[in-house]
Amino acid sequence: MTVIKLSALDHIFEKYEKKKGNLIPVLHDIQEEIGYLPVEVQRYASKKLGVAMSKIYGVISFYSFFTTEPKGEHTIGVCMGTACYVKGAEDILNRLKEELEIETGQTTADNKFTMTVTRCLGTCSMAPVIMIDEQVHGNLTAAKIPEIINKY
Amino acid sequence: MAKKEILICAGTACLSAGAEEIKDRFEEEIKELNLTEDYEIKTVISNTGCIGPCSLGPIAIIKDDSTFYGHLKTENVERIVREHLLEGKIVEDLLTEEDGEKIEDFKEIRFMKKQKRIALRNTGIIDPNKIEEYIERDGYQALKSVLNNLTPLEVIEEIKNSGLRGRGGAGFPTGIKWSFAHQAEGEQKYIICNADEGDPGAFMDRSILEGDPHSIIEAMIIAGYAIGAEQGYVYVRAEYPLAVKNLKIAIRAAENNGYLGSNIYGSDFSFNLEVRVGAGAFVCGEETALIASIEGKRGQPSTKPPYPANSGLWGKPTVINNVETLANIVPIINQGSDWFSSIGTEKSKGTKVFAVAGDVKNTGLVEVPMGTTLREIIFDIAGGIAEDKGFKAAQIGGPSGGTIPKEYLDLQIDYESVKKVGAIVGSGGLVIMDEDNSMVDVARFFLEFTEDESCGKCTPCRVGTKRMLDILEKILEGKGRRQDLDKLEKLGNTIKETSLCGLGQTAPNPVLSTLKYFREEYETLIKQAEEVN
Repeated sequence: MTVIKLSALDHIFEKYEKKKGNLIPVLHDIQEEIGYLPVEVQRYASKKLGVAMSKIYGVISFYSFFTTEPKGEHTIGVCMGTACYVKGAEDILNRLKEELEIETGQTTADNKFTMTVTRCLGTCSMAPVIMIDEQVHGNLTAAKIPEIINKY
Repeated sequence: MAKKEILICAGTACLSAGAEEIKDRFEEEIKELNLTEDYEIKTVISNTGCIGPCSLGPIAIIKDDSTFYGHLKTENVERIVREHLLEGKIVEDLLTEEDGEKIEDFKEIRFMKKQKRIALRNTGIIDPNKIEEYIERDGYQALKSVLNNLTPLEVIEEIKNSGLRGRGGAGFPTGIKWSFAHQAEGEQKYIICNADEGDPGAFMDRSILEGDPHSIIEAMIIAGYAIGAEQGYVYVRAEYPLAVKNLKIAIRAAENNGYLGSNIYGSDFSFNLEVRVGAGAFVCGEETALIASIEGKRGQPSTKPPYPANSGLWGKPTVINNVETLANIVPIINQGSDWFSSIGTEKSKGTKVFAVAGDVKNTGLVEVPMGTTLREIIFDIAGGIAEDKGFKAAQIGGPSGGTIPKEYLDLQIDYESVKKVGAIVGSGGLVIMDEDNSMVDVARFFLEFTEDESCGKCTPCRVGTKRMLDILEKILEGKGRRQDLDKLEKLGNTIKETSLCGLGQTAPNPVLSTLKYFREEYETLIKQAEEVN
């Protein structure tokens, strides 16, 4: 595992230094930069922000967007909103599991994809959809999955 | 002079019907006839939706006179360019026919005719990243007239008179909310825009933030002036990266143009706005949980009272308004409360945006006057059920809402009447289901959602939803017993009565309403189970 240089995160703490209620924005920025929030980062944030470790862990574990595990190069979110569900999101999910040989929440062996299930992405008129990083792929059928995956 | 625009829908339905070829053909023809100086082809598409009437694709709209051409074929493009663009004559025989009549104007086609776009007035029409386009359509004029001509109390009075009620779900009168915060003691007050649009199936707030962010910014400045707040927050869910991006661009542009910051329009009033991004927790749409989240805490709700209007963010008086609610503020100021209150029903004024999805021909956002019937929305605007199957039910209001069966197709949709049949308008998610859907499975889908999103603070919601889900799964696995249905009902009613916040108080609704209208589906499953054993 790569070693995280904690002082390289200082610019994030500086950016939010004067803002009230800055814990969540700080965690967002750190996760965007290094991909996840491991214990040593939580400890560092606790020291920098003067917030108890327990509180930081409490926040991280409460919100589903925060993760303490490293993620693959790309994150696939399979939308499980109502419209997608009604239009066959489960078939899409199963096909992805087959193609990538992983379960929900896992990362492929080559570290390329992490697959998650997401809440409604609000692109219901294109249901069923998946979001890879920030790109939405819509009007899917299970048969279209391999072609999309191969683009990455 | 600005070029005249030809809008071509590039939604997926239109693309698969050949919109790309139509666009190419238009470009060739316009070039050939040397019209490139006068006309510009614009393709319309965003993640939130296309132009809308998918069943008529591919389509083109000549924006200048709003002429609509549907079911376009490449061989017809030449005639439109030559006859319409060059000679100014509408090509009669290419117009869409509905009920035996040729329709010229896009606004007159069945999909648009019953719609009235107030909250969505600019969405899909202007470039959200160009403040000039918003200003051109009277943007920031309402703010100017408020700061120059009205006292905060007069602004509140105007909003009260309009009859506007919160569009996020509860339907609380907006003007009254503002007046509470205005009256509350305190130097420091806050205004928050709730853009934590969590209901699966609802996407109007996302569409407005992505397509018309300035209308929300302008409304928040006006709200700030009315209640005496100089700081605002927009709390956007993390699933909406484009909304966050467009909003940040818009805030910067508003700052650079002097609409945000100190002494706006030369007045004493100053206002600043900040975006806060959620982190994936449905319960944060509940206002006290949302406040906790902005404060950097776990998003757990707290008991009310005290209400946020008296003690909200950091203990200060706070108004929280939903995106769609705020999108109505500027039109009310510009066109007056009398105009607004003339739309809708007696107790539900104005329009409501519905996100129509599921088994219909045209899916997308639909804005209609309150009081429009479900039948008009599904069959006139959304074009009816896909593959011409039978309509079974409409799920309205997401996980807090309920299911409306066939018998109520002529129900006028407003806050009161929807509540009477056991559902809620909620945020306006409207998922249409055809006869192939199992209602027990739909109920399980929603309960699984709320059970997972329950924050765990209060027992009825945390344990109760889990127990209900266990029973539902048992029934679906073919192990149900007759007494299970009574148990579900009893448990559901207890959770409704005893939960701390709106999430728990409404969580049983999808189960209770399907039990009410589709009890035979539950009974069939149980009967089958009994026969096997």
